[in-house]
Amino acid sequence: MTISTQLSADEQELTIAIQGRFDFGAHQAFRDAYERVESTPKRYLVDLQGTTYLDSSALGMLLLLRDHAGGDHAQVRLLNCNSDVRKILAISNFEQLFQIA
Amino acid sequence: MSTARLTILIAEDSAADRMLLSTIVSRQGHRVLAASNGLEALALFQQERPQLVLMDAMMPVMDGFEAARRIKECAGEALVPIIFLTSLTEGEALVRCLEAGGDDFLAKPYNRIILEAKIKAMDRLRRLQSTVLQQRDLIAKHNEHLLTEQRVAKAVFDKVAHSGCLSAANIRYMQSPYALFNGDLLLAAFKPSGGMHVFLGDFTGHGLPAAIGAMPLAEVFYGMTAKGYSMAEILPEMNSKLKRILPVGVFCCATMLNLSFQRRVVEVWCGGLPDGYLYRAASGERVALVSRHLPLGVRDAASFDSHCEVYPLVLGDRLLLLSDGLLETCNEQGQAFAEERLLAVFAANRQADRLFAEIQQSLSDFSAEAQDDVSMVEVVLVDEAALNRPPLDYSAHGLISPNDWSASFEFRAQTLRHFNPLPFLLQLLLEVQALRSQAGALYSVLAELYSNALEHGVLGLDSALKRDAAGFARYYSERSQRLAVLEQGYVRFHLQLQPEPAGGRLLLRVEDSGGGFDPQALLGQTLAPGRLSGRGLELVRRLAERCSYSADGRGICVEFCWSSQAAGDDRFGG
Repeated sequence: MTISTQLSADEQELTIAIQGRFDFGAHQAFRDAYERVESTPKRYLVDLQGTTYLDSSALGMLLLLRDHAGGDHAQVRLLNCNSDVRKILAISNFEQLFQIA
Repeated sequence: MSTARLTILIAEDSAADRMLLSTIVSRQGHRVLAASNGLEALALFQQERPQLVLMDAMMPVMDGFEAARRIKECAGEALVPIIFLTSLTEGEALVRCLEAGGDDFLAKPYNRIILEAKIKAMDRLRRLQSTVLQQRDLIAKHNEHLLTEQRVAKAVFDKVAHSGCLSAANIRYMQSPYALFNGDLLLAAFKPSGGMHVFLGDFTGHGLPAAIGAMPLAEVFYGMTAKGYSMAEILPEMNSKLKRILPVGVFCCATMLNLSFQRRVVEVWCGGLPDGYLYRAASGERVALVSRHLPLGVRDAASFDSHCEVYPLVLGDRLLLLSDGLLETCNEQGQAFAEERLLAVFAANRQADRLFAEIQQSLSDFSAEAQDDVSMVEVVLVDEAALNRPPLDYSAHGLISPNDWSASFEFRAQTLRHFNPLPFLLQLLLEVQALRSQAGALYSVLAELYSNALEHGVLGLDSALKRDAAGFARYYSERSQRLAVLEQGYVRFHLQLQPEPAGGRLLLRVEDSGGGFDPQALLGQTLAPGRLSGRGLELVRRLAERCSYSADGRGICVEFCWSSQAAGDDRFGG
């Protein structure tokens, strides 16, 4: 599992990309990814293109990010979800909380 | 780094060599014990427990190899480095030194500097080993401590969780004894009206953090079920409680069932668990119970949605719920059991009552390892009489019981929209001790009369809609829509208790603001088997002592009586 981040040039948008398994082992790295950013981005993109697996603790981590990004006013988009990831998100009805693309 | 002062045992049969070594070693600041053969060395070791040994290989009485073996045995897990002193040069002899437990060699003649370096190196090894042992013991102690805590926590939790009816004849389940610490929670309880609530939950995470929410959840579940609250009232309470106490990111995926044996329906709410199934025994039809909601503990109270799906059932229909641990069970090749394999078991099933065992079998064929995070429960719709229902347990408040009173209540539109008056009325009636043994029947009758008054009287719904499964769903969605916008109407309850010479009597009259119905038609009708409507009033007739309709069709009056000798006729328990 590797987590990489990229801040847009105008510092408004933070992209967090997760490669490999997104589970409890990613907890600290995922938090660091959005907490250790100098600026305060308005929008967050979580790129799941390279994510092979996602478990319920990953769902919990996404909720933590959403909370960090402003709770009900948060703008968090989940990008490039493969069909397995999409299914797990659908079972938990996370489309009610996140924009899933 | 300066070497600490060590006690070093020197075993050497040549007096001159012994003297030489002793001098070198004591000049380096260590304490020396000297022995002239292996046996002496062993005795000295046992007495003084030196930290390091310099051992000549060839000695009389007992040679260095044997002494080294015995000293190592005696030292146990602690590392006591043994450096062999040897003029032997052939490889085979050196191998023997190592096999006997030696850690290093020192060739004669002795070189002071090399000896010092070797003592230092061996001391480092010795310390490392001792640190590792300390840490290992500490970890073992902590682990032991943790297991003890888990045992205690589990014992406490079992008292709460198993106060329900998981052992009922129509429930089968599979759950490892420590599933709680994987965050799985399985609860089941009889409702006062005789139906059953079943709950399967799966908290995020593992270990204590996952188990921590289980206790309050179980309390809400059992407490509210026993008081007669409906699933639509229990779920928001569970959700709010979890939202309040759990940190963000911890939540509970859950499915809850409200099974009614008499009305033969099940209400299903599913948030975040994989598909459960309604398996129709007669036709083999399989209906997926799909997650429609966010898990419990995510939404705040205002946006929580307790909307349920309602399915009509016939005897022998089965409901199967499972946690994702089942689908994620892996075999040795790292493949998951997955939905496809589960559905294949369904497809191959010929006898519905074997289904549960077949799934278990398929799972254990698939993966030899015992699974400790798999939870699965099957609930069958049976004839209620087949269930050995324990009597309802209401704590007594003393011996004085109010037996001569009457009260009337009118619940108006605004209240009807949000409030379920039944738990309140039931608690009031159960102040009458003699009625407690009939609590189940009483609640059922109250519930039927209330839903009849509300649905047909106040909301004007036509129960003929419930003729088929599609109409059934339409009926319940119409019910919640109309209720949400209700502006007018009322339901009245008149309760009257009369003491009698050998017992007493409860008269219960329910009226509503609706247009009324034709009582003759209702009383005269017989229930067609397989019909989805009309069970309610049939039930009331069976459970109450007497049942009559007011002439205008707007009210129903029922009677319950008790005798002061018998504990009461528990019609409902059967």
